[in-house]
Amino acid sequence: MTKSMLHKLGGIYAALVCALTLSPVWAFASEATASAPVPVDSDMAWWMWPLILLVVTFVMGIIAVLGGVGGGVLYVPIISGFFPFHLDFVRGTGLLVALCGALAAGPGLLKMNMASLRLAIPVALIASTMAIVGAMVGLALPTHIVQILLGATILGIVVIMFTAKKSEYPEVKQADPLSSALRICGIYHEASSGKDIDWCVHRTPLGLASFIIIGFMAGMFGLGAGWANVPVLNLMMGAPLKISVATSKFLLSITDTSAAWIYLNKGCVIPMMVIPSLIGIMLGSFIGVRILKVAKPAFIRWMVIVILAFAGIKALTKGLGIDFF
Amino acid sequence: MKELTVKMTSQATEEQLLYAKILGKGMFVGLVLLFVTFALYVFGIMDPAIPLSEISGYWNQPVHDYLVAINNNFLHLEHLPTGWAWVKLIGKGDFINFIPVAILSGVTIICYLAIVPGLFRRGDKAYAIMALAEAVILALAASGLLSVGH
Repeated sequence: MTKSMLHKLGGIYAALVCALTLSPVWAFASEATASAPVPVDSDMAWWMWPLILLVVTFVMGIIAVLGGVGGGVLYVPIISGFFPFHLDFVRGTGLLVALCGALAAGPGLLKMNMASLRLAIPVALIASTMAIVGAMVGLALPTHIVQILLGATILGIVVIMFTAKKSEYPEVKQADPLSSALRICGIYHEASSGKDIDWCVHRTPLGLASFIIIGFMAGMFGLGAGWANVPVLNLMMGAPLKISVATSKFLLSITDTSAAWIYLNKGCVIPMMVIPSLIGIMLGSFIGVRILKVAKPAFIRWMVIVILAFAGIKALTKGLGIDFF
Repeated sequence: MKELTVKMTSQATEEQLLYAKILGKGMFVGLVLLFVTFALYVFGIMDPAIPLSEISGYWNQPVHDYLVAINNNFLHLEHLPTGWAWVKLIGKGDFINFIPVAILSGVTIICYLAIVPGLFRRGDKAYAIMALAEAVILALAASGLLSVGH
């Protein structure tokens, strides 16, 4: 069921990409209108926007931790929709936000053997290569097309978050030949039960193929890709949930590195945007982890879904040149 | 072909621990430098190439227009400041911030290169080749050779 859902979503996305890039109908969506960021208020002191960015990303960092999503997926649609920064810089910064979160978590997850290097290496090879292609395509396409695709993608993420289930220990009857050959398997210690859990994966070729799309989208939109990594690793390939979440987080440090270099080399990094964003997200995540102990995750998750839906509609309408709200 | 000698335990493998160690150190150095260089920039200890009060007039433009504008108005370089051109400008408060960003973006390449010899030594050729290929791909992305735009 999950497999067919992912196939359908992939098909819809591919059709949308073709429609948007090939159809002349979309020429009606004015590039100038669609790509125009929030106007810069000339009366505002230069330090106001970085300060507002710091405060907003701080709140975003808290919500991201409580909602179980990466910072990048909230950062790009919200900042591109409601701040005066151009989408090129927002995507570059979004990748660095997601990258730093992954770098901070990666070493601990690897040492605890929750993130699996054996699972990550083949996946990362495909995802990071495609992230480079995605970043190059994203930077070559007109801004309003990227904005429309971003809106559609964010709304797709909302659907995935709304419908996708999770499986603590998916049943893998038999490892497939490719994962057996690559010996993608492991043992991790489950602290809650005190047991060592053996795990292996199946449907590896299909899973790896999925990372062609995931990597491409991560690079194109600067989103990070935890929202897609986890369902594929957990539901499609059958890795235990904890291994999937940890490996996904670590994986972002590789996927986002490749795309971040493309944006960095293209000049899409403005320190006055990047550093306040990183500080805000990091401090927010720090506080978020503490609030997590007392928060109600279900409510926060619903809040994230509503925020993303709002940001997705905003990105879509902005790309289409409609002043919706 | 040499037999693989990896033993399945709940402990992380030797390569995984090595990767984690380098990643942790790189991340720490990058983050500390990020705070230091930003302080040098934002508190005016180092003069920026683009004055702090002017930058908000440019960040709403597409990247190409932004680069053309800042080059014409402030940098006066022969070519637009793309790729590794920022290295020539690290004496400036804004461009010095690219050092930690490059460290954070580059540490993964070092991690991959570090685990390759161990993987070859243990006869894990498939993973050694994949790790090497990943390092090459990331290095290619970092090189600035792959450049397109609007």
